[in-house]
Amino acid sequence: MAGLEIPSWDPETVLLIGTILLEAFVLYVGYGGLERLVGPYLMRLLVGGDASAR
Amino acid sequence: MLGNFLGGLGIFETSPEMLALFVGFGLVVGVLFGFFGMGGSFLVTPALLMLDYPASVAVGSGMAFVFGTAVIATLKHHDLGQVDYKLGVIMITGTTIGIEAGRASVYYLESMGLAGGVISVAYVVLLGGVGAMVTRDALKGDDDGGVDHEAADKDLDEYEIPDVAKKIQRTVRIPPMVTLRGDVTVSVWVITAVAFSTGVLSGFLGVGGGFIRMPAMIYAIGVPVPVAVGTDLFEIVFSGGLGSYLYGQDGGVSLGIVAPLLFGSALGARVGSAATAIVDSDEIKVYFGGMLLVGALAVGIGEVGSYIGSSTLELLGLVLTIGAAVVVAFAVLYTTISSLRVTRQQQTSAAD
Repeated sequence: MAGLEIPSWDPETVLLIGTILLEAFVLYVGYGGLERLVGPYLMRLLVGGDASAR
Repeated sequence: MLGNFLGGLGIFETSPEMLALFVGFGLVVGVLFGFFGMGGSFLVTPALLMLDYPASVAVGSGMAFVFGTAVIATLKHHDLGQVDYKLGVIMITGTTIGIEAGRASVYYLESMGLAGGVISVAYVVLLGGVGAMVTRDALKGDDDGGVDHEAADKDLDEYEIPDVAKKIQRTVRIPPMVTLRGDVTVSVWVITAVAFSTGVLSGFLGVGGGFIRMPAMIYAIGVPVPVAVGTDLFEIVFSGGLGSYLYGQDGGVSLGIVAPLLFGSALGARVGSAATAIVDSDEIKVYFGGMLLVGALAVGIGEVGSYIGSSTLELLGLVLTIGAAVVVAFAVLYTTISSLRVTRQQQTSAAD
């Protein structure tokens, strides 16, 4: 087996992983807002009642 | 500027059809992950392997996807107070070394031209084994095959420590000892051993390792189920981030794969999590076990197709993998909407 590798500083990879991290935060916040906005409407559409039907 | 940046990260290398496929597959994986608390991520790497991506790209991008998903899920579990940061930090050390060992073995096998085959075989064994276990437990009515949704409402000190965990806590008393959430006292070495072995699997297969680590934390360390889930996700943020970084340095992470998968899975995970408050997972756990078994069969068929040069068999393997996940995700959605409608009708009748 190859020897263990110590991670070295690589700006391009940091940018790549940082982009994925940023996307995750944006999606968490964005979908959270979307859920509050269209959630009740979707519930009425699918169930025929509001979210309190749970 | 932005175009050059995204182009450099590989986002434009993916065709619109593939982007749509990845968003859709991410949505399905997200629903499964949000509902069962595990099991979505390890469908991604075999699917990428069957789409003819090199093993290092399939594993590296699979791991980067797991990293992004774990960030989103950890934010939610942190709000619920279900993350033991002390346990998480200890586990990160063992997992980090384990991941690097697993990752190094992928490159070693790749240099010998064996990586794709060995990883596929490991998936068949793992998916088949976990699938058989979950199906058996679901048929028996046990609750070991994922998150116990009813248990989420219990206090942490109400959880009973499994007998095997009690035995390990009594037998392995090598200092230093630590006390964790749920009043569990255990040797640091037990935690490190669990972390290392699951880290090797993570690095080798490009998975978060949650479907092995979560039961290991419950049965070997003895922490309550919600703490195991929350801490596992916290740990995956670091292990997945480091694994992605190491694969990314060698060109193993494609943003053209990870970004659309994450875009779909973040939405799917919200839907799946919301469904847990409505549907009892025991109702459809048997489908989940079946999906893992079909996944194992599909990877096997795809690998045989690749070995004998049959593109039909390779396509069949891919269709089976994605098809099984889609069927179970739709079963979750269908059961949720049906349950909501029944509840609504009952409330209307009661009001009348």
